[in-house]
Amino acid sequence: MESSVVNPRPRLLAPAPGARRRKAVNRGMEVLCTIAALLAVAVLLLVVISVLIKGAPAINLDFLTKNPVPFGQTGGGIADSIVGSAILIGLATLMSVPVGILIAIYTTEFARPAVSTVIRFCLDILNGVPTIVVGVFIFGLLVLGGAQSGWAGAVALAAVELPIVARSAQEVLELVPGSLREAALALGLKRWRVVLRIVIPTAAGGLITGAVLGVARVAGETAPLLFTSSIFSNFGLTTNPAQAMPNIPVTIFTLSESPSPQDHAQAWAAALVLILFVLLLSVTARTFHERSRSKLRS
Amino acid sequence: MSATAPAAPRPFEAHVKLVDRIGEPLLRILSALAGLLAVVLLVWIAETMFDQASPAISRFGIGFVGSQVWDPVHNNFGALDFIYGTLVSSFVALLIATPTAIAISIYLTELAPRIVRRPVAILVELLAAIPSVILGLWGIIILGPFLGNHLEPFLHSFLGWIPLFAGTPSPFGMLSAALILTIMALPIVTSITREVFQTTPAELKEGAYALGATRWEMVRTAVLPVARPGIVGAVILGLGRALGEAIAVTQVIGNATQIKASLFAPAGTLAAQIASEYQSANPGLGQASLIYLAAILLVISVIVNVVARLIVRRSKVS
Amino acid sequence: MPSTPTERDPMTSSGPQTQPDEKPSAASGARTARGHSVVIKGLHAYYGQTHAVKGIDITFPANEVTAIIGPSGCGKSTMVRCINRMHEEIPHARAEGSVMLDEEDVYSPKIDVTTVRRAIGMVFQRPNPFPTLSIFDNVASGLKLAGMRGENMRERVHGALRAVGLWEEVKGRLNSPGVGLSGGQQQRLCIARAIAVEPEVILMDEPCSALDPVATLRVEELIDELKERYTIVIVTHNMQQAARVADTTAFMLDGEMIEHGPTSEIFTTPKDERTERYVTGKFG
Repeated sequence: MESSVVNPRPRLLAPAPGARRRKAVNRGMEVLCTIAALLAVAVLLLVVISVLIKGAPAINLDFLTKNPVPFGQTGGGIADSIVGSAILIGLATLMSVPVGILIAIYTTEFARPAVSTVIRFCLDILNGVPTIVVGVFIFGLLVLGGAQSGWAGAVALAAVELPIVARSAQEVLELVPGSLREAALALGLKRWRVVLRIVIPTAAGGLITGAVLGVARVAGETAPLLFTSSIFSNFGLTTNPAQAMPNIPVTIFTLSESPSPQDHAQAWAAALVLILFVLLLSVTARTFHERSRSKLRS
Repeated sequence: MSATAPAAPRPFEAHVKLVDRIGEPLLRILSALAGLLAVVLLVWIAETMFDQASPAISRFGIGFVGSQVWDPVHNNFGALDFIYGTLVSSFVALLIATPTAIAISIYLTELAPRIVRRPVAILVELLAAIPSVILGLWGIIILGPFLGNHLEPFLHSFLGWIPLFAGTPSPFGMLSAALILTIMALPIVTSITREVFQTTPAELKEGAYALGATRWEMVRTAVLPVARPGIVGAVILGLGRALGEAIAVTQVIGNATQIKASLFAPAGTLAAQIASEYQSANPGLGQASLIYLAAILLVISVIVNVVARLIVRRSKVS
Repeated sequence: MPSTPTERDPMTSSGPQTQPDEKPSAASGARTARGHSVVIKGLHAYYGQTHAVKGIDITFPANEVTAIIGPSGCGKSTMVRCINRMHEEIPHARAEGSVMLDEEDVYSPKIDVTTVRRAIGMVFQRPNPFPTLSIFDNVASGLKLAGMRGENMRERVHGALRAVGLWEEVKGRLNSPGVGLSGGQQQRLCIARAIAVEPEVILMDEPCSALDPVATLRVEELIDELKERYTIVIVTHNMQQAARVADTTAFMLDGEMIEHGPTSEIFTTPKDERTERYVTGKFG
């Protein structure tokens, strides 16, 4: 009989000729894949730790409560940026979250499946539009011919936040069991009451965490604000959205482009404030998001 | 319900009926308007872009795309430098990010001890949560100097005969931008690839094992081929992310209007150029040309996103 | 060395032994060496804390078909998966005991699990051809893993396809996708894939349960032909199937091997009362 290439072994379970090489290749790939994962985690830690180490020294009460000082002087802080960011993010969220939830209500409760698909698709595309383009869009709409303003900045942020919140809300609302809706309808409640009194409250946890994730995303966005709220008329703290409002991302951006090491130090410190805020929001929201979604699913 | 004729509605019931009569259509209309906004917004953005860019469009036409000139003094503008920079930086970023994402996904779905899987997955996703301006700051102060003083000279000494590595090492340039973009694209590609891997039917994996495959051979035979469409979709989505990034790129790429073969040389991308001139664009043709760049960027990103979503959708359905 | 007839378990007399040279082989270039028996001693299997297989001793005689029958959840699939060490691929699953093939324990730490699985092949309940591969590449996949290429490999693939009776049906479209075949054809494709690497033993885990009656019959006929060259263990919930194809039948209940013996005896004169209740349909 032809001696088969596969079974030249005298012993039935002796390793085949190529076995050692295959084991080595397998081991090699396992090592490579593990290294890749460790590398990604390492980069994350590298960035976060850099911000921590370089930013912490400059953080003090002054930094958080004082406004920037004019050129040439040292000291000062980012109080105006913190307040400005808070207002911008707050306005943007007030604008985008209700509308986002309304979109989600429309696609899950009222719209025909074909229409829902189209809307979902458009939201996905919107999520992929570069934020600088959104900034230029709002610039063309609200700033051109006039001046930058906090309103323009807030609207630009809202335009970025809207698709995020809407998609997230859609997913959450879809998790609410249909049987819940049917039971309520069978009791004689009209559709809108079912939505407002039954579906939304059931999905509240997921909706909130989805909104929080939207805030976390938008809090770090610089590009939408570059054309809408980046040229500040004075160094004072302002709470008036009719003017361009200082904000943390643009401040970091401007400071980072400066050649001065003092400016860099302030940039790191501002980055520390921002990254702590964003990461904290992200991690909390993500953990609760998973939990509220699995509660809905069960 | 009772067989007798219904009695006249009591005041409370009448009130409820009135509110219902308003509330139901109100909610429908409001939510429908919101839904309409989602669709209209995209069109509105495109329309505004092209409208604001029209001075430049009518002046330069489609030749804008092929022109390498960017001269504010003489009011002559062209997008080619930036289109080149956008494509190269994103391409290099995805070149590095894709195998890395696949490797990480294999680790997370097959190799890692179960307790470790979710934490590591979350950490990788958190990379996406880092605001781009902070990544850019890190790029300017830490990554850039490392590249310019250590990695690029190293590459230059060994591989300098390849045009890609032939230029003068510099902290600001294409390579810095590409690496930052890699960090930004990696989480997206990884998370979608991981999802696709997790849908591999167990019976295919068993089939491979039963033939005597090692774990890597099983992945190669049963997981990767089936996952290929999904991976392609993930990569294109990551590409979309990389193409549109303005801030971090403009911080580290050097914003030079030139096309050079070397990865070390400063360059420019569409998004970065727009970001870099936010303060200084002269109204009129200069501004319109910037917006023309934004319009081109919009078209590219919409196409890329549509293609990506279609592919991902198809791979998940099958 | 191939085991000689006299070494077989005396309990399982299954008629006159056929010598390899007497019966014409079903395919040209096919292996005609005899198979090996599998001896299981003290096999226990666990899923985490659950004790699914509770101490099994049984011999699967060479070149015979042994059927494992029993109600759902009795552990028959688990037990069979311990033979080619597929059981341990499930998280938190483990097995104890010995499974001897050719006087070596497949659980011996000196032996690599991939070697075991090439010597002991498996066919699954639902046909699982690799969807992105052609018919040819599917059958060749095990051979490619072993490093086979070229003419040698082609001969093996064609031989395997002939041995399972698929050759006439697919010879003109070897490059078309494996998943384009009907269910019954796909299962025979998977059997071809399993035998292309020339194992000693073929394990079949309810191989016909997803197939229509005509396809089932063809697979059963195939099993009857294949036992000339391989030792076959088949898990089945269909007692009529066991009666049709198996030389020996083993009855499991609740993780234990209640009784095993020649198929005719198990079905007509079972020794244990529980066996009798099962085969007469009183439960399960």
